[in-house]
Amino acid sequence: MAPSSKMALGIKRASRSNTYHRRGLWAIKAKNGGAFPKAAPPAAAAEPKFYPADDVKPRTVSTRKPKPTKLRSTITPGTVLILLAGRYMGKRVVFLKQLKSGLLLITGPFKINGVPVRRVNQTYVIATSTKVDISCVKVDKFDDKYFAREKKTRAKKTEGELFETEKEATKNLPDFKKDDQKAIDAELIKAIEAVPELKNYLSARFSLRDGDKPHEMSF
Amino acid sequence: MPFKRFVEIGRVALVNYGKDYGRLVVIVDVVDQNRALVDAPDMVRCQINFKRLTLTDIKIDIKRVPKKATLIKAMEEADVKTKWENSSWGKKLIVQKRRASLNDFDRFKVMLAKIKRGGAIRQELAKLKKEVAA
Repeated sequence: MAPSSKMALGIKRASRSNTYHRRGLWAIKAKNGGAFPKAAPPAAAAEPKFYPADDVKPRTVSTRKPKPTKLRSTITPGTVLILLAGRYMGKRVVFLKQLKSGLLLITGPFKINGVPVRRVNQTYVIATSTKVDISCVKVDKFDDKYFAREKKTRAKKTEGELFETEKEATKNLPDFKKDDQKAIDAELIKAIEAVPELKNYLSARFSLRDGDKPHEMSF
Repeated sequence: MPFKRFVEIGRVALVNYGKDYGRLVVIVDVVDQNRALVDAPDMVRCQINFKRLTLTDIKIDIKRVPKKATLIKAMEEADVKTKWENSSWGKKLIVQKRRASLNDFDRFKVMLAKIKRGGAIRQELAKLKKEVAA
């Protein structure tokens, strides 16, 4: 007899025999020779030597991925930046590009103000609205690996030498870095000399004087 | 010392406080002892306290509460803009605005120009001093 209501139909459909048939357990049994395949029981773990005193939940691995550093909209390739900290504090430098680590690649240019090709964090920088044309400058070979520190190899010291202070080997810049600096600056200096007074501007340091209100100055 | 600038219909004033700070407006009507109805070509007509206005020397010829188009025509005929920009008050404000909008590079160039001018003045002064001493 046909079911008289939708509820009755649903009950019939959810019944044990119906779901058994729908899930195809009969087909799986047939494939496995009449019995439902049983998973092999896991090998019994050896009795641990040590049970911790408190029941502590193990920490779950963090799935957080840090976002790429957002570059301030006022900083575009060729912008003149003012460095605010470090040994080049106050120097006006040219921004080249943002590296993958989020740091900014800058150069003085070296001939103009002594700032080499360097990385700097954008939080320690004021972006001015002065821009230099940087289209002829090739910055592809600079990345974070270029600036990685060289690993120091420590020679094993004999007992007598242990108490001698190690002589600091004078660090010399490898020649290829000096050439890279020259290559990048050659094009940049041409673009800078095209603008009157820009070279003098970049060689001067920025400082606050009496009466200056930095919160009211526009850069 | 009699007063020379009066609150009257057609008096041009400068707003010295509030949202419209620095705007040149025309008094088109007086509301009561403290407030005026004020209008300018690029703003919605509104009432403003006299304390927020500084009167200027410029006056235009309009009737009470003119239509916007009439107001604009009267301002053009009286040439308010040029009169204002040629007055020393107006010139001062323009210079202030320019100085505030200077770039860091611009400020550097101004510094070089000031040094150059100072040097030229000192040279002339030295020449004149020599003539006097001689």
